[in-house]
Amino acid sequence: MNTSPALSITDVNFSYGAKKALDGVSFEINPGHCTMLLGPNGAGKSTLFSLMTRLYDTPSGRIELGGHDIKQETCKALATLGIVFQQTTLDLDLTVQQNLRYHAALHGISGKVADARILEELERLGMVERRFEKVRQLNGGHRRRVEIARALLHKPSLLLLDEPTVGLDVPSRTSIVDYVHRLANTGNIAVLWASHLIDEIYPDDRLIVLHKGKIRATGSVDAVLQTTGAPQIKDAFFKLTQGD
Amino acid sequence: MNILHFWRAMWGITGRELRRFVTQRERFISALVRPLIWLFVFAAGFRAALGLAINPPYQTYILYEVYITPGLIGMIQLFNGMQSSLSMVYDREMGSMRSLLVSPLPRWFLLLSKLLAGTFVSILQVYVFLAIAWAYKIHAPWQGYLYIIPALILSGLMLGALGLLLSSFIKQLENFAGVMNFVIFPMFFLSTALYPLWKLKESSLLLYNLAKYNPFSQAVELTRFALYGQYNQEALLFTLAAFIVFISAAIIGYNPSKGMMTKKGGG
Repeated sequence: MNTSPALSITDVNFSYGAKKALDGVSFEINPGHCTMLLGPNGAGKSTLFSLMTRLYDTPSGRIELGGHDIKQETCKALATLGIVFQQTTLDLDLTVQQNLRYHAALHGISGKVADARILEELERLGMVERRFEKVRQLNGGHRRRVEIARALLHKPSLLLLDEPTVGLDVPSRTSIVDYVHRLANTGNIAVLWASHLIDEIYPDDRLIVLHKGKIRATGSVDAVLQTTGAPQIKDAFFKLTQGD
Repeated sequence: MNILHFWRAMWGITGRELRRFVTQRERFISALVRPLIWLFVFAAGFRAALGLAINPPYQTYILYEVYITPGLIGMIQLFNGMQSSLSMVYDREMGSMRSLLVSPLPRWFLLLSKLLAGTFVSILQVYVFLAIAWAYKIHAPWQGYLYIIPALILSGLMLGALGLLLSSFIKQLENFAGVMNFVIFPMFFLSTALYPLWKLKESSLLLYNLAKYNPFSQAVELTRFALYGQYNQEALLFTLAAFIVFISAAIIGYNPSKGMMTKKGGG
């Protein structure tokens, strides 16, 4: 059994030209909790996601997914990863099922197994009836659910979500936030959720607060409240991300 | 990761391209209308103006329509290559390229699969075009219709790789118009697609040389010879070399540590 953390980031730095986007970022993520990566716009969350998914190269520091170095063992590392990007990445002209089959094929899952898993994931997300519809016909909330189903199709050990609820109405947001937290609590998967929406945090979540490319706080909700001396998370977030 | 994984992924990518092609009917129709207009209108108009001497692979005097048919096949593949490059720029802007690039397969393999899928689509278009040309009484030896398959695969890959390379440099969809002006048109008009090399030599040695070393000319000649059951080694080697250069540069362009992926800003 692999005992390595689902995600381990050690002293990662990244710059866009002269502008430093990430500065000595280090943390670990393990299954059983939802870890919320908090930060205002421009904090470096999306850059960090691009590094974790190898869309960008990591010039310094080390990123390991399931114990596999993203630079040295890229394919093994990416196989452990399920991801929901900020922007929808579904093919609008294909049906839900076709999109999911495409993803399954990219992960080398056979047609039969893929069909069974597609049914299983869509069932859990209440989307099974919509599987033959074109993605273009779905609303934003349903598209997001399909993307979550897709991210879970190959049974990853780490699920990354990059602000997946942006632009969704309240019921859709609530249902997605709730679903992902329940998923994390099963203990089989580690979840890293980038957000700047404080109300998406549950009391037993882990927090990582990123601001101007640096980690300002990490730990449980209680630990962060204690360190900052703030009564509520939004106050702690404000304290950690204002000023300098 | 095993060979089955690669196989399934390649089929997945090809299947997706085919489905997209079938559902985008306008794309299919415009891919056919373009060469057909050249065949029915342009070629008919120029038939009298352009006299063609007997030159290999032809063994007799031919009509201008017959001469430009391989050139129009090349045109289909050239536009298809650029179309798939355009769709990659679009996919990158819209985000769906990310889902491909984060899959657990080597990036060179993903790009090559995408190329093969695009080539497969272009070959389907070519055969529909050839069927219409057949009905228009442009006939080649029947074996030629089989012999062109490897030539079409290689030329499709070469032109698709060029598109892929361009897509790695083009940051925004709007910049794509420049590709039309600076790549497609010069490549097509400075080639043997519409006129033989000796005709160009009569008017300008510079144009002759540019056309001779244009990889698109070589791909057209490869197809032209194959259609008449002949093998053109020079064209084969030249097209193959161009493919290797273009695909290598495209892979570097899409490499996260060397290419364009790191040049963009993020949140």
